[in-house]
Amino acid sequence: MDQTPRTMLEKIWQQHEVVAETADTPAVLYVDLHLIHEVTSPQAFALLGARGLTVRHPELTLATMDHSTPTRTEQIFGGAPITLESAGRQIRQMERNCARFGVELLGLTSEQRGIVHVIGPELGATQPGMTIVCGDSHTSTHGALGALAFGIGTTEVGHVLATQSLLQRKPRSFAIDVDNFLQPGVTAKDLILAIISRIGVSGGTGHVIEYRGAGVRVLDMEERMTVCNMSIEAGARAGMIAPDETTYTWLAGRPRVARGAAWDEAVARWRGLPSDPGAHFDRQVEMNAALVEPMITYGTNPGMVIAINGTIPERKDDAAFDKSLAYMGFEPGATLKDKPVNVVFLGSCTNGRLSDLRAAAAVLRGHKIARGVQMLVVPGSQQVKREAEAEGLHLIFLDAGAEWRESGCSMCLGMNGDLVGKGEYSLSTSNRNFEGRQGVGARTLLASPLTAAASAVRGRVSDARELMRH
Amino acid sequence: MTPIRTLSSRTVVLPAANIDTDQIIPARFLTTTTREGLGVNLFADWRYHANGDPQQHFVLNQTQARDCSILVAGRNFGCGSSREHAPWALLDYGIRAVISTEIADIFRSNALKNGLLPVAVDEVTHAWLLHHPGAQVTIDLPSATLTLPDGARVAFPIETFARYCLVNGIDELGFLLEQQPQIEAFERRRNAA
Repeated sequence: MDQTPRTMLEKIWQQHEVVAETADTPAVLYVDLHLIHEVTSPQAFALLGARGLTVRHPELTLATMDHSTPTRTEQIFGGAPITLESAGRQIRQMERNCARFGVELLGLTSEQRGIVHVIGPELGATQPGMTIVCGDSHTSTHGALGALAFGIGTTEVGHVLATQSLLQRKPRSFAIDVDNFLQPGVTAKDLILAIISRIGVSGGTGHVIEYRGAGVRVLDMEERMTVCNMSIEAGARAGMIAPDETTYTWLAGRPRVARGAAWDEAVARWRGLPSDPGAHFDRQVEMNAALVEPMITYGTNPGMVIAINGTIPERKDDAAFDKSLAYMGFEPGATLKDKPVNVVFLGSCTNGRLSDLRAAAAVLRGHKIARGVQMLVVPGSQQVKREAEAEGLHLIFLDAGAEWRESGCSMCLGMNGDLVGKGEYSLSTSNRNFEGRQGVGARTLLASPLTAAASAVRGRVSDARELMRH
Repeated sequence: MTPIRTLSSRTVVLPAANIDTDQIIPARFLTTTTREGLGVNLFADWRYHANGDPQQHFVLNQTQARDCSILVAGRNFGCGSSREHAPWALLDYGIRAVISTEIADIFRSNALKNGLLPVAVDEVTHAWLLHHPGAQVTIDLPSATLTLPDGARVAFPIETFARYCLVNGIDELGFLLEQQPQIEAFERRRNAA
């Protein structure tokens, strides 16, 4: 029987439809993996408690703490008090909720703790073909393994805890076809920033983006995660990349994946996931990876981005644009190159994985960070930290004068007290340059780990390719 | 949930595009474990000086904004983080509806679950509203229309099911819990496969 060609989104969606959508009602969509953290779950657990409900599938729920957790070793392992009292309360509430409802918690001192979007794939909890949700917009990261993964609100966290399901309308599909390959010194972070620049910060609203093409196939898993991670910065709730040999090789043997025959069966099943040739997408855009330059943001949303050697554009009669530049202390027509930076942040669910730390360390090796610059290196997980230390990367960071911390979200959103000062410039490998995101009055420049490391060395916004040539 | 049918109010206008949830409620206020009391920190970094004094030029601190429960905002309102603290803060402050041309997906979903009405209108209507702060407008949920001061009615899209829940004061979790037999059947089918 002939079947209409289907997208990967449609295949995963149909496999998880408990009840199909109608004109009057949304679909009931089954959730395979529910990740929770300390900031967006307390009110959901309270709802369960108030209504006498239980967690339907604790074994499909995995909890960790990352957002408001400290990154100082003495506060995690040494019993030193957590700086923010309210953060400490939230952490203890998470411990109580998980104990009461029987949910596995990778708690403060767990060797497997880390940023929720780093540990899911790392542990092999994230697998192709799954539906994955979390009360966090960067859940889109997990789509890099060929899962349908999206952020939800706290009320929905409660829905999933109680029923393992969500009421959802099927999103529209959006193919971004990336042809050719990134040039040396240009990273996956630059690619996704270029994509956001192209389609805009609301260009993906209502859609799930599937990244395809030779320029995506050649990316390793961690690069794919960086790309999918920032799908939400283009307004898309989810980004996904079809699984392939790169995916299976990366995933094989991880703690929570099947072994032996069961693994082979899983891979055979996953091979059916990629979008069928000729499948219809509601929207399609083409990108040429070879033309992407190292990118850096100049404004207060991730769409306000230019090539590192470019100039800030001019926009007439755009009050919001002017306000944004005033906040940043920049002028239209100016270059960002050589602007002084005060803080460099290497980390986050976007760029806090081992390959990101390796890339930055390769630039930093043998250098000192510039006088007056604070550089914070925060691994995405405790496992990333251990692996980096096994390679001696931490020594490169410490020798250069950077701080080497325990894992967490840290300065990406400054909830735990890791903050950028008012008016200071932060060259950050994270995902959002919103006003005040890294601290009240903080000015964030988003860029790749390479750009971050090079800028730390010179104390000014720098093109890593120039530093690497010497 | 209290049923919602109509809402009439003067508007308060924040014209900036891409107002993200970090502006609506900055992350440092998210260490709370309840959903109450966030209104005082709504738009905190725009609303207050560092010493806590109100920024006089910020619209919510001006007398004409008092008692306005409908916010008109620039395109792509609510982008960024999935924090449901954003609609909680707006509601706690007294905002009951947000009008824009585009409203970000997760914010929209969170808003609907809490009885905050996301109203996406066409560019012309939006431009008029941006230029007429304080306009008296009425949102009628059963007919999904916005009535302007001159009596003109503008339709806005809203998911049928979400509207049904809001108009009848039904909470979606109750509906989902009634799907338990279907969920069990789905789980049996999967386990058998």
